[in-house]
Amino acid sequence: MQSRLDERFTAAREEGRSLLVGYLPAGYPTVDGGIAAMRAMVAAGVDVVEVGLPYSDPTLDGPVIQDAADAALRGGVTTTDVLRTVEAVAATGAPVLVMSYWNPIDRYGPARFAADLAAAGGAGAITPDLPPEEAAPWLAASAERGLAPVFLVAPSSSDARIRLVAGISRGFVYAASLMGVTGTRAAVGTQAADLVARVRTATELPVAVGLGVSTGAQAAEVAGFADGVIVGSALVKVLVDAQRSGAGDAAALDGIGRLAAELAAGVRTPVPASA
Amino acid sequence: MATRTAAQPAPAETATAAPSIGAVREQAENWQAFPDPAGHFGRFGGRFVPEALMAALDELTEAYDQARADEGFVAELDRLLATYAGRPTPLTDAHRLTEQVGGARILLKREDLAHTGSHKINNVLGQCLLAKRMGKTRVIAETGAGQHGVATATASALLGLDCVVYMGEEDTRRQALNVARMRLLGAEVVPVASGSRTLKDAINEAMRDWVATVEHTHYCIGSVMGPHPFPMMVRDFQRIIGVEARAQVLERTGRLPDAVVACVGGGSNAMGIFHPFIPDTAVALIGCEAGGDGVATGRHAAAIAGGSAGVLHGMRTFLLQDEFGQTQVSHSISAGLDYPGIGPEHALLHETGRASYRVVDDAAAMAALALVARTEGILVAIESAHAFAGAFDVARELGPDATVLVNCSGRGDKDVDTAARWFGLLDDAGGGAAGADPRG
Ligand SMILES: Cc1ncc(COP(=O)(O)O)c(C=O)c1O
Repeated sequence: MQSRLDERFTAAREEGRSLLVGYLPAGYPTVDGGIAAMRAMVAAGVDVVEVGLPYSDPTLDGPVIQDAADAALRGGVTTTDVLRTVEAVAATGAPVLVMSYWNPIDRYGPARFAADLAAAGGAGAITPDLPPEEAAPWLAASAERGLAPVFLVAPSSSDARIRLVAGISRGFVYAASLMGVTGTRAAVGTQAADLVARVRTATELPVAVGLGVSTGAQAAEVAGFADGVIVGSALVKVLVDAQRSGAGDAAALDGIGRLAAELAAGVRTPVPASA
Repeated sequence: MATRTAAQPAPAETATAAPSIGAVREQAENWQAFPDPAGHFGRFGGRFVPEALMAALDELTEAYDQARADEGFVAELDRLLATYAGRPTPLTDAHRLTEQVGGARILLKREDLAHTGSHKINNVLGQCLLAKRMGKTRVIAETGAGQHGVATATASALLGLDCVVYMGEEDTRRQALNVARMRLLGAEVVPVASGSRTLKDAINEAMRDWVATVEHTHYCIGSVMGPHPFPMMVRDFQRIIGVEARAQVLERTGRLPDAVVACVGGGSNAMGIFHPFIPDTAVALIGCEAGGDGVATGRHAAAIAGGSAGVLHGMRTFLLQDEFGQTQVSHSISAGLDYPGIGPEHALLHETGRASYRVVDDAAAMAALALVARTEGILVAIESAHAFAGAFDVARELGPDATVLVNCSGRGDKDVDTAARWFGLLDDAGGGAAGADPRG
């Protein structure tokens, strides 16, 4: 059975482009402000939304996402607000995934979280610190609710581990472009293309590349070899900068719209990988 | 009270099939079966880390397995422990303390006399030797009290490794002397200003560093915590404490102690002294968690008494968390015990009943620190003072025919400032926090 997420990847493949996946944390700067920002990025061309679940110990995130998550938690955001955000954004028609460290889902209860995420219209969840070896309860819960469990591969992953991760992922495989935490980078490293090529020998699933992409040009480059381009910190930074400078909500949403449009143009003009 | 909601057990389906308690208790005599090859201590432990670190953890596990089977490696570590760290550390009969407390005979395992002033050196020499063997040129570490940071800086200086230590900003103030010590030893100390600015945030920052540098960097974790193989490996390197103490007590008293008492932050000094005694089921193993202002106040660091099962820093264990799985900030006068989690092997020892855990609050620990100082002439670390306070109760409960072995995990030089403020011993400081006179 094709999910909304699967259909988007198929359609994009037929259009000869990559999907643009945009990440923002729920509850930043407020729950409603976060929803508005996510809707703005969908309106400007983001195909798939990753709703971040703010967590107290985000060991995989660089300073930008840490700061936003910290502020969201100080503002009192909870898992319930995250699910409300998913529901509001899924209403736009875009597939919505939750991006969460494992403990909040573990604590909520994997089966209960899967049920509530599905009920909110969510497409699945990305769980960056849940390794395949510990994933059985989440795989069962996701399968029962028709959710896509998305797992990560990294440049350091062996071919055997890539097969393991790809074998349990649904929707797509998330390829971390580099060894490091989230944050914008001046250049997308060569490791990403090699990694995607290795993933393709293991699975037919689409492969999306994340970590470090921040500009339309980088998006075009990654679109040359990947099915999806994931952008997080660059979008979050627009919101954080607007908060810091007191630019106001309207200016923040404009900024999100501008960056999303630039990135959306990028994924539509893939630079051939051999170039 | 806030922590009660947090302490409610997570929904049943999150517990990966727990082995029956009876079955595990039987395994006390075969405790070396833990962890399993994937790093599980019963339902605890494991590896909850980003995929990017999995290859490094596999590499580390393999290198460690080879090293511990390699006579050359073992001999080199033994040589450093003896000629550099000052092992074996002595066993001290605390006569005057025993008399004052009025109960069991109290024996002290003197890790405070090891080089750098605490048990932390045992683990660090092992890991830094291993890092060199693996071809790493740089080590990173987290530190709370600064003792693990100082030990890592020391071993790095000795072995010619670059060293970076992450320390919560709050702790760099509480333990300023140790910051200077680390810098003197050539280490770079990075104050961490994110989150609660204490040990847990220093660990987060060290992990962020490691993901990006893992090719040439070893993360020297300072306690029996984190993803597999760290809880097992750190325990093995600290086991020397219990191996020595068991033989020393047998030689001194002709029998095993009735109880072994240690403080528990992450739990490495406790695991080190407990582990060789686990098959001796007549010996009570007692860990002392930091109670801060008291568990009932919610301001404490007692992961077993006031926490619940969950995942933090790569391991499944007991931790302080709210109903949504957000880590709660811990509180303790002792920077080295100020951590919201506990090593996974302790979680299993607790759940099987092979060890028991008590809570010692700030005031009881500081009173114990003062009593040990004036009866034995030993100024212990505030961390270790928690073990002493627990041991006094145990000694009274067991009575004069019994023997209690206390792990004196470190010396208190680093804590003189905190203690002076607590007791009001500085001429310009006015009364102490508790108005307590250390002379009783
Ligand atoms: C002297 C001393 N004892 C105990 C601890 C707590 O650590 P662990 O529970 O791993 O022994 C520390 C930590 O800094 C310490 O410095």
